[in-house]
Amino acid sequence: MLKQCEGSQAIAEVVAMCRPEVICAYPITPQTHIVETLSSIVKAGRLKPCEFINVESEFGALSVAIGASAMGARAYTATASQGILFMAEAVYNAAGLGLPMVMTVGNRSIGAPINIWNDHTDSMSMRDAGWIQLYAHDNQEAADLHIQAFRLGEALSLPVMVCVDGFILTHAYDRIDVPTQEQVDTYLSPYEPQQVLDPDNPVTIGAMVGPEAFTEVRYLAHHKQLQALELIPALAAEFKATFGRDSGGLLHTYRTDDADTIVCALGSVNGTIRDVVDDMRGQGVRIGSVSLCTYRPFPSEALRTAMGHARRVITIEKSLSVGIGGNVSHNLRMALPDPATRVHTVIAGLGGRPITRASLKRVFAQAIAGTLQPLTFLDLNTQVIERQLERERAVRRSGPAAEAILRDIGINGAAQPEGNPT
Amino acid sequence: MFQVRIHGRGGQGVVTGAELLSVAAFLEGRWAQAFPSFGSERMGAPVMAFCRIDDKEIRAREPVTQPDAVIIQDPTLLQQSSVFEGLAPNGWVLINSGRTIQQLGIARSLEKIPGVHVSIVPATELALKHIGRPVPNAVLLGGLCAAASVLKLDSVEAAIRQKFRPDLADRNIAAARAAFSLVTAQPLPEGAIHAQAV
Amino acid sequence: MTGPRHIKFYQTGTFTVGNRLLDVAVQSVQSSLDRNNSLTSGHRACQGCGEALGARYALDSAMRATQGQMVVANATGCLEVFSTPYPESSWRVAWLHSLFGNAPAVATGIAAALKVKGRSNVRVIAQGGDGATVDIGFGCLSGMFERNDDVLYICYDNEAYMNTGVQRSSATPAAARTATTPTVGDEPGNVFGQGKSVPLIAMAHFIPYVATASVAELRDLEYKVERAMTFRGARYIHVHVPCPLGWGSDTGDTIKVARLAVESGLFPLFEAEQGEVVGRRTIRRRVPVEEYLKLQGRFAHLFAKNADPRRIALIQAIADRNIARFNLLEGADA
Repeated sequence: MLKQCEGSQAIAEVVAMCRPEVICAYPITPQTHIVETLSSIVKAGRLKPCEFINVESEFGALSVAIGASAMGARAYTATASQGILFMAEAVYNAAGLGLPMVMTVGNRSIGAPINIWNDHTDSMSMRDAGWIQLYAHDNQEAADLHIQAFRLGEALSLPVMVCVDGFILTHAYDRIDVPTQEQVDTYLSPYEPQQVLDPDNPVTIGAMVGPEAFTEVRYLAHHKQLQALELIPALAAEFKATFGRDSGGLLHTYRTDDADTIVCALGSVNGTIRDVVDDMRGQGVRIGSVSLCTYRPFPSEALRTAMGHARRVITIEKSLSVGIGGNVSHNLRMALPDPATRVHTVIAGLGGRPITRASLKRVFAQAIAGTLQPLTFLDLNTQVIERQLERERAVRRSGPAAEAILRDIGINGAAQPEGNPT
Repeated sequence: MFQVRIHGRGGQGVVTGAELLSVAAFLEGRWAQAFPSFGSERMGAPVMAFCRIDDKEIRAREPVTQPDAVIIQDPTLLQQSSVFEGLAPNGWVLINSGRTIQQLGIARSLEKIPGVHVSIVPATELALKHIGRPVPNAVLLGGLCAAASVLKLDSVEAAIRQKFRPDLADRNIAAARAAFSLVTAQPLPEGAIHAQAV
Repeated sequence: MTGPRHIKFYQTGTFTVGNRLLDVAVQSVQSSLDRNNSLTSGHRACQGCGEALGARYALDSAMRATQGQMVVANATGCLEVFSTPYPESSWRVAWLHSLFGNAPAVATGIAAALKVKGRSNVRVIAQGGDGATVDIGFGCLSGMFERNDDVLYICYDNEAYMNTGVQRSSATPAAARTATTPTVGDEPGNVFGQGKSVPLIAMAHFIPYVATASVAELRDLEYKVERAMTFRGARYIHVHVPCPLGWGSDTGDTIKVARLAVESGLFPLFEAEQGEVVGRRTIRRRVPVEEYLKLQGRFAHLFAKNADPRRIALIQAIADRNIARFNLLEGADA
């Protein structure tokens, strides 16, 4: 049924239709609306049986999910930003133990400096934890991916992270086709665990493993992710058959067939990129884009097929691997068949900086003209940086950099309204 | 595409205003995208929310920088010149106030916007009268329907009914209708600054 | 595996013979050939390990109390490491190890899953050493307590991080030498005036049941575990378990050392319900703290030439305060 609603509400409604048995939550912006809605759904008795547990920390939240999953329950939690770092140890542990669960990440930056706005630094920090990572390009996909995530995670006995751009999607009201309970039930059967704590058939889970077997255990984790590369498209196809729309899968191509410039990005910025692609196509530029839905496992082969013919590739990345550049471009470079293909990394949207069509169009044109650097920071205020570097050269005790920069800009700590420089 | 930017303060229902607009557009079978300015939630702090309305899918996720209409829920925010920033030529301004343009001291700012349409509605007074609380958001949407005719008042009323419990919806709708009547009663000449102080 | 398997007669423990004189209902769990042997032989704990002993007694009692319908969440630490070098496991219970600091939360998740599945007959135990309990897992523990989740948490307190090589925890007693509280300088060993009582903190959560226990009083430990299993909600048992390696005590003296801790008043044994002390185990023969301290290498510096006698006096004062607070002397009014 079509509905105009907030992304978080749509996610919560759909998660509830997936019949999670244990939901644990610790509040963090911008995840709150999701768990608030779920708590109302549980309290209203619309989701039964389900235990909603308010925990004392994100570390506790994911640990409760670990226990619930090991006991054979379908478990769900949601987090963001500092929260995912606070639970980092448990993030690795859940994957290492091979316990399926679904976690929504309302993507948000990581401090310091503290910042509540959107980028991908949080989920990117866990890219090697062994979870499957799916990124939603709009709120319809954000809702739909959760249904596929439970199915996928339980099939492989692996945890799945559904990454949804904080605020930009979680707090946006959009038109969403909310599925029916019957559709979800058709697609997603009750959870049958691969391993379970059973008093009548006791097993030991989480034993210490030494050098003699550790590599093999890790290899199996990798092998499972490779299996996911096969399963994800199959589940997306089945999803389409059941729900009647394209959602999920490894990636989405847009006007790439004859493109010699292809833009690649994760998440909601893909909508803006498509508008720019249409605009430039209208001017005769052979440009297309790839929205990467599955980031872990990394769909190298699918990317090769989708963009192997491109002369240049531009990644728009909402996270910075400090000291090197982009996480996506780094992986993408490995996937491209021709080492001569130019790969440009554009770091954009950090800490909620708006990614505008105008700015994107400018960097795409620069790339095509051959004037774009391999690593570019979109809309970087170099004046401010120069001033700070000058200060640091001038005096030893130049003070905290972020605060000095805010003084220069004249915001002085006030929240900067997005896209509306004051 | 029609783009609206709403300025107000935390607690005034700014985000709800944008949400109601998007639901009203959705009920007309159109595509809409509403979103807040994503600040920390504090009572009284300046807040913005945006709404885009179109006849096709809206893909862009950048903030609204060139709105067709600006709604100012709290006249104290007029001190910030930025409330009119980026307003499209021939765009609409809707201000919650009982005062005139001259009294508000915004004539000079408005002169810079060619063909701007200005409506001033005492939305807080109307809200207090009909709803019993100073919540001007739904009221101003009634005014917007009259001024810009981008949405039907019926659709906004239906959106209000979806959002609020029945008695509260009735009262919000009464207030929105009152604002609609006030603005309709004095149609604005095309391309001219015109203030309706009621 | 269903139900208990018979163990060897030599595994029935020191109470077996004496138990023959008792009614079957009050015989110890360990003396029964039908006990579960939850932590079975062949594990790799050190000789004289108090934790291995305490864990086996505690879990066997819990298994009997639950008719074998029980699941265990274990924190990282000695207990986890010595019992599970892959692919061997000493656990004859359904057992999960996740992390150092999250056993209480994992147990909460297990309990929630059981509740959802309507399997209220299956009970949940979380366990860990003092580091996992009083330090790194303290937040999760308090969360589990305040939500009153249906979990029995058992802390095996050997008063330092033994698994990593004897470093100080916040359960390390004053003056004790550890690898991070060396016996050098003017104030050798762990400093005075630090640390905390997690049993008292547990009581401040007003949970149904809190108890302290010791491997010196194994029948009392069994009783307390069985008592804990009669409650629903969050329960906590704090068991004092000597570590010969970390304490520098003789491997044959584990029980003796544990008993002296109780009899000196340094480790009071009590029970509390809903935040109120409802029982204590009185001291039959009170001993000065020196008798406890002198058996342990970690306190050897207190007895060295030129040692400041005030330190032992301060430790005695701690014991005296415990005796007064919990009214521990036999014959005193409860």
